[in-house]
Amino acid sequence: MLEAHGISFHFPSGLPLLKGVTLRLAPGEWIGLSGDSGAGKTTLGKLLAGQLAPHEGQVTIDGAPLPTQGLSPVQWLPQSPELAVNPRWRVGKIVREAWTPPDALMKAFGIEPHWLKRFPSALSGGELQRVCVLRALAPGVRYVVADEISTMLDPITQLTLWQALRAHAERHNLGVLVISHDTALLKRLSHQRWHLAGGQLTAGTALEAP
Amino acid sequence: MLHIERLTLELPHYPRWWQREWATCIDALSLHIAAGEIHAVVGASGAGKSLLAYAIMGLLPSAAKMKGTLHFHSAPLTPARQRQLRGRQLALIPQSLSALDPLARSQQQVRWAAQRVGFERPAADQRAEALLGHYQLSHAAALYPHELSGGMARRVLIAMAQVGNAHLVIADEPSVGLDPTQRDRVLATLKAMALEGKAVLLITHDLRHALPIADRVTVMRHGKGLETAPAKAFQGQGERLTTAYASALWHALPDNAFSTLPVTALRQEPTLA
Repeated sequence: MLEAHGISFHFPSGLPLLKGVTLRLAPGEWIGLSGDSGAGKTTLGKLLAGQLAPHEGQVTIDGAPLPTQGLSPVQWLPQSPELAVNPRWRVGKIVREAWTPPDALMKAFGIEPHWLKRFPSALSGGELQRVCVLRALAPGVRYVVADEISTMLDPITQLTLWQALRAHAERHNLGVLVISHDTALLKRLSHQRWHLAGGQLTAGTALEAP
Repeated sequence: MLHIERLTLELPHYPRWWQREWATCIDALSLHIAAGEIHAVVGASGAGKSLLAYAIMGLLPSAAKMKGTLHFHSAPLTPARQRQLRGRQLALIPQSLSALDPLARSQQQVRWAAQRVGFERPAADQRAEALLGHYQLSHAAALYPHELSGGMARRVLIAMAQVGNAHLVIADEPSVGLDPTQRDRVLATLKAMALEGKAVLLITHDLRHALPIADRVTVMRHGKGLETAPAKAFQGQGERLTTAYASALWHALPDNAFSTLPVTALRQEPTLA
């Protein structure tokens, strides 16, 4: 269980962004998170993944604090893949940074073998996004924070990405937090939904399992 | 207003530094946009949508090989005419936020755009202020691009394109990175431009939000214009769509089947397996 216990976060100016947010993500569960831009969705995602430290409260995984070294069991997937890769590494090295994904999984994510020899600049945003998602699914990863990962994709590419991630999450019992503006997408993907506004989560609408 | 006939565009790429190959990025595309119309061009990334915008504006790299004809207001759109009209009768809302001058404040970006189309100094300032106010950017007038959020930067670009009363507005992915409220505001602005009699070319992958405002939709794939359909054809099960790809795009939307399966198979498997 990944838990945020009353976490708060404020800007350097002291302006509060998150005010005592509590959230629980179970293995195998999909939670949808919506909110206006600037509401702090990405900050909450980064806090859950241990990329930022909360000013108050704590993030725990099965009751223990997040590990600070090694591959994090909570992976944050950013919106802009081109900013999340080393432009001087070939795609093959990027995707194998933490693990060597099996060929079948590469295929499921629609990653073509000939991309591996290319540099990231030679792939489209949608192609690179799939590489970034697969890179983050190494063994030992138990939770994934998907931060607007399909916003820039056309409907078909978006669907392929979610299908592949969903199949993988089901097989490995991953918990997934989906951050998106797209309520229709959240309804399709998540078991429960939360809305972030004014630094707090408003009661999520429990939805039937999709 | 704008007539594109069999536009073909080839760009060079270099597998080795001594080797040059030509890639066909737009393949015999025909498109007609009338005044007062919003024409959406949708397709996957890499389908050639942005290149179409650059071809109309005359912003292609010099090595590009272009065939076919472009007519704007019934006269051929030559490179000289493109230079003369762009920023005036032809306006582009670019996709990349790097199109903003990194050393200028928001107010200056919009004011300079106004001055480029012929507004004198006090009037240009007023126009910039009015437009920044319209996009709720008054508080950001003195900020530099790196201090703006993605959504704010995009609204500055839209204000710059709107400042000069263009006849044709090309909006390249104008709603990317905006929250629903801002996205609706931007799309409503495009609709208002069309109602004023401008022609709007809306380039987007976001089919769902383009449909309510678009009059016609062209689906592009691998540089080809697969199908041009009225926006009304995208409804129900998409029976009125003639190509499999357009129909697949429609079915893949989360509001619809969220599925790549054919319609008959949907009943057994309504969502992702």
